[in-house]
Amino acid sequence: MLTQINQRYLRVIIFTLSLVPIFYVIYQILTDQLGPEPIKDITHHTGKWTLYFIVITLAMTPLKKITKLNIWISYRRMFGLFIFFYASVHLMTYVGLDYRFDLVSIGDDIVKKKYIFIGFLAWLLLIPLVVTSNKKMIKILKDKWKKLHRLIYLISLFGAIHYLWLVKRDLTEPLIYISVILILLVFRLKIKNSKF
Amino acid sequence: MKNYKYSEITPEKIYNKRRKFVKSVGLGLGSLTLSSMSLLNNAHSLENNSELTSYKDITTYNNYYEFGTGKGDPYKNSQEFKIKPWNISIEGEVEKPISLSADEILSLYPSEERVYRLRCVEGWSMIIPWMGFSLSKLLNKVSIKTEAKFVEFESVYDPEQMKGQRYPVLNWPYREGLRIDEAMHPLTTLVTGLYGKTLPNQNGAPLRIFVPWKYGFKSAKTIVKIKLVKKMPTSSWMKASPREYGFYSNVNPNVSHPRWSQTSERVVGGNLLSPRVETQMFNGYGDEVANLYSGMDLKKYF
Repeated sequence: MLTQINQRYLRVIIFTLSLVPIFYVIYQILTDQLGPEPIKDITHHTGKWTLYFIVITLAMTPLKKITKLNIWISYRRMFGLFIFFYASVHLMTYVGLDYRFDLVSIGDDIVKKKYIFIGFLAWLLLIPLVVTSNKKMIKILKDKWKKLHRLIYLISLFGAIHYLWLVKRDLTEPLIYISVILILLVFRLKIKNSKF
Repeated sequence: MKNYKYSEITPEKIYNKRRKFVKSVGLGLGSLTLSSMSLLNNAHSLENNSELTSYKDITTYNNYYEFGTGKGDPYKNSQEFKIKPWNISIEGEVEKPISLSADEILSLYPSEERVYRLRCVEGWSMIIPWMGFSLSKLLNKVSIKTEAKFVEFESVYDPEQMKGQRYPVLNWPYREGLRIDEAMHPLTTLVTGLYGKTLPNQNGAPLRIFVPWKYGFKSAKTIVKIKLVKKMPTSSWMKASPREYGFYSNVNPNVSHPRWSQTSERVVGGNLLSPRVETQMFNGYGDEVANLYSGMDLKKYF
């Protein structure tokens, strides 16, 4: 087993690694390496990493079960907060950089474009999870906390649908993502049924 | 990624200088040569708000699903594509069906520079100095029958060379169509090159169509067949998603695509701080083409 000090180092390493995707974008901006549509590149990059962190977060419980190690669970919250981090950068790229806070156009998009609507909804649903992510709230909410945090499954599906609806023609990537989410969801339900 | 050699970039600079020179000459002679004036006018009206998109962006950022669905795929996957020999047949409701080689077409009709804005249905645009001539010149050669109401363009089908065609992303070969008056409109161009050079493979070599007032996908690349028909053809994109892609697909900020806003667009080549620009009705070519659609409900015929 890992000692406490090693665990602390590991935490710092994982935290830093989780920031690599955003550092990568910053590096690309500073060295002018983004493509002919830089804002679109940033939007897609942060959107994809939001989805990856959803998958990583959802994988922690199954990994705990498979490896019979509790250590996975101690990173779940951090990964969960990175979902919110990348989702927020993603949203702000769209709101701030792309539409320059033109709230009329953005409101119009949210109402009329279903992929934007469901993506925005997914982001809103993340907020209660972020607010209740500390130990104090776990204590206060007790059993309700678990129920509340099951929202992540709904959010993950909304994220997947957001991706699926925006793709023009080649659905391969969003379908791979949806399959992974569904596999993790089924796994989770099995764990639940086996009273784990 | 391929690195651009200095020698490849330089011509673009010289090209832009030459353009400025041509422009000033054009201004002086404009009143004398009316026929060339309309073209130069177009170039001017566009340059009021935008610069030419760089050769690099025009040739490395493409939607050309025959070579892959990524924007960089066409550049990467089309360099070995063979465009010689190449024949285009003009058939259907015509008195004199013909088949011409690409070389014959190039020698029959001199190309001129045509600076047009390309507006993609995805919400981005480029300003491209095409080389080409009005498609009507070619169509006039075959004596179109009066029954012909539409023109169908068929692109090449060659999955051996075009790896994107090995997947049913679209209904291959790519098909597009225009109403006959649209096809005969002087702005509708048979493209032979860009930036004063021959057309790169990733942009639809050897010959492609360009229709400036319509979304980019209406402009078929690598055409092998032009067919005059009685009924409205079904384009590949109409087949793929009739709700999203109509036959006309005129650039229209008032008709929104189910998934994209069409009121504004990003100009390709801008930086992080470049704002979106408002999309113009008929992509800014309303003066020339609006009369083609007088009395039509463009929301219905999107």
